[in-house]
Amino acid sequence: MPKDHGIGASIKRREDVRFLTGAGNYTDDINIRCQAYVYFLRSDVAHGKLNKVDTSAASKMPGVVRIFTGADFAAVGGIPCGWQVTDRHGEPMKEPAHPVLAQGKVRHVGDPIAAVVADTLEQARDAAEAIELDIQELPAVVNMKAAVQSGSALVHDDIGTNLCYDWGFVEENKAAVDEAIKNAAHVTTLELVNNRLVANPMEPRVCVGDYSRATDDHTLYTTSQNPHVIRLLMGAFVLGIPEHKLRVVAPDVGGGFGTKIFHYAEEAFCTFAAKACNRPVKWTASRSEAFMSDAHGRDHVTKIELALDKDNNFTAIRTETYANMGAYLSTFAPSVPTWLHGTLMAGNYRTPLIYVNVKAVFTNTVPVDAYRGAGRPEATYQIERVVDKAARELGVDPIALRRQNFIKPDQYPYQTPVAVAYDTGNYDATMDKLIEIADLAGFEKRKKASAAKGLLRGLGVNCYIEACGIAPSNLVGQLGARAGLYESATVRVNATGGIVVMTGSHSHGQGHETAFPQVISEMLGIDESMIEIVHGDTSKVPMGMGTYGSRSLAVGGSAMVRATEKILRKAKKIAAHLMEASDGDIEVKDGRFHVAGTDKSVAWGDVTLAAYVPHNYPLEDIEPGLEETAFYDPSNFTYPAGAYACEVELDPETGRVTIERFAAADDFGNVVNPMIVAGQVHGGIAQGVGQALMEGAVYDDNGQLLTGSYMDYAMPRATDVPFYQVDHSCVTPCTHNPLGVKGCGEAGAIGSPPAVVNAVLDALNSGGIKIDHIDMPVSPSRVWAAIQKAKA
Amino acid sequence: MQLSDSREIAAPREVVWAALLSAEVLKECVPGCTEMSGSAEEGFEATVVQKVGPVKATFKGAVAVSDRVEGESLMLSGEGKGGAAGFAKGGAKVRLEVIEGGTKLTYDVEANVGGKLAQLGSRIIDGFAKKMADDFFTRFKDTVEGPADNADAEVVAEAEEKKKGWLKRVFAG
Repeated sequence: MPKDHGIGASIKRREDVRFLTGAGNYTDDINIRCQAYVYFLRSDVAHGKLNKVDTSAASKMPGVVRIFTGADFAAVGGIPCGWQVTDRHGEPMKEPAHPVLAQGKVRHVGDPIAAVVADTLEQARDAAEAIELDIQELPAVVNMKAAVQSGSALVHDDIGTNLCYDWGFVEENKAAVDEAIKNAAHVTTLELVNNRLVANPMEPRVCVGDYSRATDDHTLYTTSQNPHVIRLLMGAFVLGIPEHKLRVVAPDVGGGFGTKIFHYAEEAFCTFAAKACNRPVKWTASRSEAFMSDAHGRDHVTKIELALDKDNNFTAIRTETYANMGAYLSTFAPSVPTWLHGTLMAGNYRTPLIYVNVKAVFTNTVPVDAYRGAGRPEATYQIERVVDKAARELGVDPIALRRQNFIKPDQYPYQTPVAVAYDTGNYDATMDKLIEIADLAGFEKRKKASAAKGLLRGLGVNCYIEACGIAPSNLVGQLGARAGLYESATVRVNATGGIVVMTGSHSHGQGHETAFPQVISEMLGIDESMIEIVHGDTSKVPMGMGTYGSRSLAVGGSAMVRATEKILRKAKKIAAHLMEASDGDIEVKDGRFHVAGTDKSVAWGDVTLAAYVPHNYPLEDIEPGLEETAFYDPSNFTYPAGAYACEVELDPETGRVTIERFAAADDFGNVVNPMIVAGQVHGGIAQGVGQALMEGAVYDDNGQLLTGSYMDYAMPRATDVPFYQVDHSCVTPCTHNPLGVKGCGEAGAIGSPPAVVNAVLDALNSGGIKIDHIDMPVSPSRVWAAIQKAKA
Repeated sequence: MQLSDSREIAAPREVVWAALLSAEVLKECVPGCTEMSGSAEEGFEATVVQKVGPVKATFKGAVAVSDRVEGESLMLSGEGKGGAAGFAKGGAKVRLEVIEGGTKLTYDVEANVGGKLAQLGSRIIDGFAKKMADDFFTRFKDTVEGPADNADAEVVAEAEEKKKGWLKRVFAG
């Protein structure tokens, strides 16, 4: 019988009661008495010199409180970047200034030029229209390869180049990799684009700034995945407000997918303006603003070469990637194409030699940063596409080619040639499970059925591995991170036995409020309903690094376990005192403390009451109260892995592709709530399918964003994705965190794009249409055009 | 986007040339134009109300005449700012040549949009620009020629007075 509580139980999400009944409390639900509204006047040219921003007429418009321009922010810091990458010559990356409001130049469509604060939003918008602008349009930098040629216009004149960095990894291996490719029996080469995506969380970004003149306290309510990180970046680097005078609250947040990690100009603006105007200031992004101001994702252009020996063993991989940074460096942008991408290029395979070159390029486009998977989808897509192409070129079964090159279970810990060491895994096990749940045995029959309808059916299979549970602070510090990446938790036990856990892991769809109590319930034997999770408020949670990189349970959950272990140690001392026993003899079972080998016991509630009403208490040994804090800094990344299969039907007349079946066999280590994990995988696959078939942010040659609404940016809908077969029963527990968990939030978005594209190419090639590659999104027009070209 | 087309106009080349440089003619011929002032020498100021897909806006902007080769060719270029709707800008290279029975007007148009217009209307902007150019040069032809005998009765009734008025003034002037 499945468990109904504790670790492993599919408990329904308690947070859904408020979300599904419209009782959530999102940032836009927060309204403070006398608040004013801000409207940002944004650039509608991609690149231009700001000759004049005249606000004199606009300032006299009805309801206007104050209009701010770049000049108002001359004395404060710019938006900082949280990661410094060192290039292949040992030089630090180019790091241009990123002002809160544009100064001197505008650098992308959507770059904020001025901000109008007014009594109503309508008044603010009207006044913004009255601001007189004189912008001298400059040639836009859009194409990455052209951007790094001499003579290109410069996004940032002061740094003298559009190249942010030229990164080589592992630089010492370059010569050996070149040699191995030269001597290979076979080399498969593939050039591909990892298409630019807009994250599109359901809830757009919102900020409310508040300031108390009486106490000099600043408060920012914001749609963030990591309020403490915002407090750190904005307080220390932009506005110069110490932690004890700055509270950042991220209440219910309607989806993040990475784009709500970063510190944005609007947050700094609202905090600054609240003090400057002595009034609360609110900004709510329109969907149009979200398209042109939320950090975008992906946007890599890559050439990958895979070398094989005569027995089809992988001998080397060499890649060259152009990674778009956009106009400014967003918070973690430099790390995504480097340490979150290059380190994953071994994939699930024993490739002994790997060299990754990444050129990060500034362009006149919205900044690009982490989006669900962040670097790992780009790595997986390259590897799994090139392996599939190699199998086709060599005439071997793509699954067999993968299996032949898998890292085997007896090789762990496995040191890859790209720095990371995988602690555990079993890729044959997930492949076996995939073959079972995807019913690959029935594929040929289904293919015939499709053929009878005049449709081509294709099967795409691939593996993935990712590095999650970000990250060991001493390691990432060496790699250029400007912050630690631990997590903290405070477990507060109340007198009557209820528990409040304050965690730095923010929840914006992950179900922490349900899953975290399951862990503590398992440890203490008390009911989940006695445990409450508090997150998202820097005034309540001691410290936190937030939620991204599938780290919440692996890092935040581990901190919670460590704090609960401290609670247990102290509670056992209290219980031992109450029962006049030795604390070494105390066992915890079903919410009671027992003296081992006797029938003596006290209830959890007796112990917690004693901690706060210490009339009979070992005061000479321990303090009253029962509250503990722990910080957890992981010793390694975790390495979830798995195998995915996609079956498509393709209409060769129209190029239309439909996904008929999709299966995912994941090894997430131990699973706390299988239902939530399945939901995370479902959502990830939907986003991966969206990238593979539909989504793509497009700029024209002038740097105009052509996909600025849902009319032009195609999001996957329910009818675009099939029912999924998902399985996470293949478990190799993580060896270095107390729960043995690995993380599941990004896997679906990492593993699914190559499965879809491999399936499309299998449908075409097995149908006699020889096509090597089609770039994502594999839209009907692209498929149709490729078919026509192949036939010609 | 870029597009090219031509019109044959039953009027002498100097009449067509003069019409191209007339604020009054331009006002009549630019679709959605509600105001047009200025001169070919100093540039025109225009106000145009247009709906591009979901975006309706009043565009205020300047039209400049350049590269004038008297009676032969010129460049009309303009940029209209639609406030929150973004901007549209473009140019038309216009050439005139004498043909039997009148003048052949050839044009190469280039148009660009920015801001919200690009974000929301890019799918339809090519068709929109083509229609704008077609409408402009068709109206221009009609304005210069005056109502044709076989023209649609309603259009004639609507336009007759103005057009005759302008032609009379040109020839009187």
